[in-house]
Amino acid sequence: MTSEYTPEMLARMNAMIRDLVPQNAALGLEIVRLTGGDVWIRLPWAEQLVGNPETGALHGGAISTAMDAAGGLSVMAKLGRPGSIATLDLRIDYMRAGGRGEDIVIHATCYKATKHVCFVRGFAYTTDENDPVAALAATFARKS
Amino acid sequence: MTVDLIALLARARETGDASVLLDAIPYARFLGLSIRNEGGSPIASMQFAEHLVGDATIPALHGGTLAALLESTAILAVMIDPKTNAMPRTITITIDYLRSGRAQRTDCRARVVRQGRRVAVVATEAYQDDVDKSVVTAIVHLFVVE
Repeated sequence: MTSEYTPEMLARMNAMIRDLVPQNAALGLEIVRLTGGDVWIRLPWAEQLVGNPETGALHGGAISTAMDAAGGLSVMAKLGRPGSIATLDLRIDYMRAGGRGEDIVIHATCYKATKHVCFVRGFAYTTDENDPVAALAATFARKS
Repeated sequence: MTVDLIALLARARETGDASVLLDAIPYARFLGLSIRNEGGSPIASMQFAEHLVGDATIPALHGGTLAALLESTAILAVMIDPKTNAMPRTITITIDYLRSGRAQRTDCRARVVRQGRRVAVVATEAYQDDVDKSVVTAIVHLFVVE
């Protein structure tokens, strides 16, 4: 599957993920690209999400939450429809911190979906996907 | 904004009250975190709030906010250890989701499994009404060198 979502489809998806998931709305999460089993979402820098007030770096928890959200969306992208899923486990490695005012982008890939379990990898970065802030490995259970 | 976290850390140790640290961290306020001491171990709490919900139909807490609670508790547990003299930074967090987090307060405890010169390993568990029924658990590896 390589079906690229159009801007109109993304706008509808973004309205949906904010309505259904209050935490997505609170973080200001936005899907910027969605195709096949791949999703790119943006976590905009915000003062209220800062974990280190000395450097202005976003808290790891905000990045973990965006990683979880991106992982779930990559599963739905892979399956080609919204569905009920639950995170089984999540491993996040942090390579470096972001800076004050820097948005985080997460690219998550659902590389395998079986009948009951979906497998996801992903990276968080600021401007260069080859200079990651954090890496993700996760599994999700399909509930329906 | 200039905040001297190491000075706040010193004050937290002097008074035995880590809440001065939480007050200085914007994201800790966003999560609604508080901390108390139970038998020498820190217990962190995340107050329920509508904006922490991940599934409005149940409603259930967002798994990411639970991960944030676990990570924050692990960091606090290492920070209040007198051997720590730098702000701990997360290397890896590995989270297992056991139950869905209901729309209520969530508590979290942490045990420092090993405190080395460079790396600390912390086991954390979050629970709601029943301390023996974990909602989420995590192992957190923290870098403790400046």
